[in-house]
Amino acid sequence: MILRRPLLWLILLLAALFAWLPLHGNNVSLREDLILVALAIILTSNLNLMIGYTGYVNFGHIVFYGLGGYVGVYLMTVRGWHLVPSAVTAGFAVSLMALLFGLGILRLRGAYFALATIGVLVAVQSFVSNFEPWGRSTGMYVSFESYAPLGGPRHALWTTYFLIVAVMALSLILSLGIKASKFGLGLFAIREDEDAAIVLGVNATIYKAIIYSVSAFLPAVAGTLMFFKNGTIDPSIAFEFMLSLEGIVMLMLGGQGTVAGSALGGGLYERLRSYLLTSPRLSEFHLVIAGALLLLVIRLAPGGLIGWLYRLVPRSREVIE
Amino acid sequence: MSGIFASMIDGLLIGSVYGLAAMGLSLIWGVMDVINLTHGAMIALGMFGMYLLFNATAINAYLLLAPMIAGGLILGVIIYWLAVNWVVDRPILMSLLSTFAVNMMVIGIGTAIWSTSPYNVDFSVPGITVGEYTFTGNHMFAALSAVLIALLLEMFLRRTRTGKAIRAVADNRDAAELMGISSTRVLMVAFAIGIALAVASGALVSTLFPFTILSGAGYQLKSFVVTVLAGLGKPFGALVAGVLLGLLEGAVSPFIAISWIPLIEFGLFVLVLIVFPRGIFSRATA
Amino acid sequence: MKRFAFIALLLSSCFIATAFSQQTITLGFTVSRTGALNVDSVEQYRGFELWRDQVNAAGGIKAGGKNYKVQFASYDDESNSKRVQQLYTRLILEDKADFLFSPYSSSLTATAAVVTEQNEKIMLTTGAAEEKTYKLGNQCLYQMFAPATQYLTVAIDALKAKDPKATVAFVYEDASFSVAVVTPAKAYAQQQGFNVVFSEAYAPNTTDFGAIIDKVIGSKATVLLGGGHYADGSTLARQLYGHKVPLKMITLLVAPDSPQWAELGDAAVGVIVPSQWEPQSTFKAQYGPSGADFGKAYTAKYNTPPSYESAGGYASGLILQRAIEQAGGIDTAKVAAALNATDVTTFYGRTKFSTQPSEHGLQVGHAIFLAQWQKDKSGKPVKQVIWPLAGKSADLVYPIH
Repeated sequence: MILRRPLLWLILLLAALFAWLPLHGNNVSLREDLILVALAIILTSNLNLMIGYTGYVNFGHIVFYGLGGYVGVYLMTVRGWHLVPSAVTAGFAVSLMALLFGLGILRLRGAYFALATIGVLVAVQSFVSNFEPWGRSTGMYVSFESYAPLGGPRHALWTTYFLIVAVMALSLILSLGIKASKFGLGLFAIREDEDAAIVLGVNATIYKAIIYSVSAFLPAVAGTLMFFKNGTIDPSIAFEFMLSLEGIVMLMLGGQGTVAGSALGGGLYERLRSYLLTSPRLSEFHLVIAGALLLLVIRLAPGGLIGWLYRLVPRSREVIE
Repeated sequence: MSGIFASMIDGLLIGSVYGLAAMGLSLIWGVMDVINLTHGAMIALGMFGMYLLFNATAINAYLLLAPMIAGGLILGVIIYWLAVNWVVDRPILMSLLSTFAVNMMVIGIGTAIWSTSPYNVDFSVPGITVGEYTFTGNHMFAALSAVLIALLLEMFLRRTRTGKAIRAVADNRDAAELMGISSTRVLMVAFAIGIALAVASGALVSTLFPFTILSGAGYQLKSFVVTVLAGLGKPFGALVAGVLLGLLEGAVSPFIAISWIPLIEFGLFVLVLIVFPRGIFSRATA
Repeated sequence: MKRFAFIALLLSSCFIATAFSQQTITLGFTVSRTGALNVDSVEQYRGFELWRDQVNAAGGIKAGGKNYKVQFASYDDESNSKRVQQLYTRLILEDKADFLFSPYSSSLTATAAVVTEQNEKIMLTTGAAEEKTYKLGNQCLYQMFAPATQYLTVAIDALKAKDPKATVAFVYEDASFSVAVVTPAKAYAQQQGFNVVFSEAYAPNTTDFGAIIDKVIGSKATVLLGGGHYADGSTLARQLYGHKVPLKMITLLVAPDSPQWAELGDAAVGVIVPSQWEPQSTFKAQYGPSGADFGKAYTAKYNTPPSYESAGGYASGLILQRAIEQAGGIDTAKVAAALNATDVTTFYGRTKFSTQPSEHGLQVGHAIFLAQWQKDKSGKPVKQVIWPLAGKSADLVYPIH
């Protein structure tokens, strides 16, 4: 039972803290910092479903986030929909698309799959850059009127923040739920030895397609929310390859295959990048420092921070999963 | 002369540079099963290396390829010991990450030195004009140099002892080790050659277009496409596939807006992966 | 001894007096120190910086009996809108910026505007010509650049005067600014009776223009209008030259305005750029330095002549300074009122903001120049003003070769 897992309560506590901290004293600056942390956690924990649980390296994970942003912003600005239905519709639409793509490219294994995901990312970006209804390379603007149903921009951004925090909590709970389920065991079997898993009766094709599609849903929802907040969307920010790679870095940093690791890695990496970028002395070298850190982590602690914690305190495995 | 021929000749010329860029990626991948994500950064370093060398010496830029390749080999050895040697037999994700980390550091240092402004190697060879179309001398020399380097590499792999050892390790590392080939040394040499090829292709590109420290990324993506079309570990096949890709670009571009080309290229790439997961040129599916 | 004590007392009382009237004012903005917009953005930043140094050297902005020393708070936005909102929020709330300048480029500015608007902070936008942002209902934005529509329509006017039978090709970056420029220009060209034979947008990171150039040649166009920002514009010009495309006129956005353009050598010559300001412009400044003084100070400080981004940056400071002086302090509502009432000519030209609710803050006073790179007597490429004819420093060279 998922309710008996201590981590579930830790996740809810984390989400409550995220919601309460900036609200306390109306600290908008903290909110802006935390929203990027929450986004990093959403992207990382959903990426973990593919990389950590199933053993398939998805380089183009950001395509879900970007497409979700486009579908949602389109529904809001052109069709005049409300934020929440737009975001949910974007989630379903992108999941469906992922299912179709997945049935094709998930026949590939290892590095070939990884490359195909890059191909999908670039092809989708190129398509959107030429797609007239979505404003081609120029993208779309969110007009100030779209903020009106949520009580004006100031109010709307708070609402968006709480929604992002909720999506973050859902992402972590989803990871935990899958890990605790029979379905999750099937994924782990695929990760360890796909051929053996098939022999044991795991329908690998269906399992992989489903998890690929599931890992698309919440990032797409987050995409709608973030680009609504951003005010504009265009292909270069929606499908940023670098962000996709950073997702993998965050996951490795925290510890792939674990729920808490993806949250920890996402949060720490994002704070570090933010800090380096705004620090007057180090901002020139933020990439160098992040790169060196990554090299150290994979060399000294290939299991990430969580793997290191497990080695240090073996009993922590039971709580922090 | 009609537009499509001009466009295809342009494609042919630039395609051989794509091919050269992909050869390095293909060699490393095929021999040691490492997807080298420093590839783009190395191409960018090749561009800036050429810029600095050319400004310091002001001799024919294509003669500078020799010292550039030598520098590339040294750089390759350094990166091999820094980030590659200890991930060779680890899961593919580890090598991806460690090379990506080096990539970040190189790009970071490059940005600190050169910012991300465009630079330009101010060297031009007179071109040939046919009717209203002109083919620049730089494009022709770059294509020629790319083919020449590819031929030299092919000879090296087939004729020399080290070259044969590289091919043996690529085929079957365990068997090669049983035959007394030191695989670490061979892997290091192969990696260094791969990096030198990336550096050389960057140097060639720098004589064609202005560039920034971030320019390597686009060529890295193209190299992935070319490598997969050719099949892994077939450097000469990569050259042929690069030329084909260039020709394809040249052939379709008169008929559609060029902004659609990446969609066609990468759509094709995904399809080829799904239909021929081992590359178009390889029949055997071991 | 007594005299010494007296002087010391006098001095210290002076310090106390200045400590009372001396205040600081913080201006916040992001600069694209890295990424695709780096060249243009840093030039804009130098304009801000020169203005700040001059103001502070003169004792600060004097308003309402107080002296305000200017200090900056700025971050690198990496030419990417992802962090723009985080950084502007930080500027407003943590660095306590009193007023804001925009990032460089229309799209980054649009993203920043969402934040500045909800915090009701005044933001002077420079390097953000696209009109759309000012028509979303913003109340606190003030545009320093002449809007995008003007950029190429002016070039078409100049062409019409010279060669009404020209055939026109549009080749432009597929980005908010250039699309906003080219769309009205295309319609205007057709309306003026020109035959538009080719039109294609290219992706912002394009480096190989070979395919497009072959198509331009095939279309038999005699005039090429378009471009986007520095990186793509300089690449396009170099390749047009390398391929010996028989064009009589090339007009590119933004890129040729930078002094760096001269590095292209022969490929630089003949290219025309729509400009917000040129060193040769001779506006009679009602406020602030003359164009010549600005150019001299800028060149002395940075060893390169100013581009129009630099001038726009400096002018933003100047217009804000004037508004603060007229408002007699830094109260946002009063400064906004002063900005709304602004109608002044500086070295940069006329500045007046629209106060219509539907397009509040849109620049309606400033106008676009055309400048062309021509060879001077020693054969070195220099930029000359060729349009409007009233303010020209040289004649348009047409055809180029």
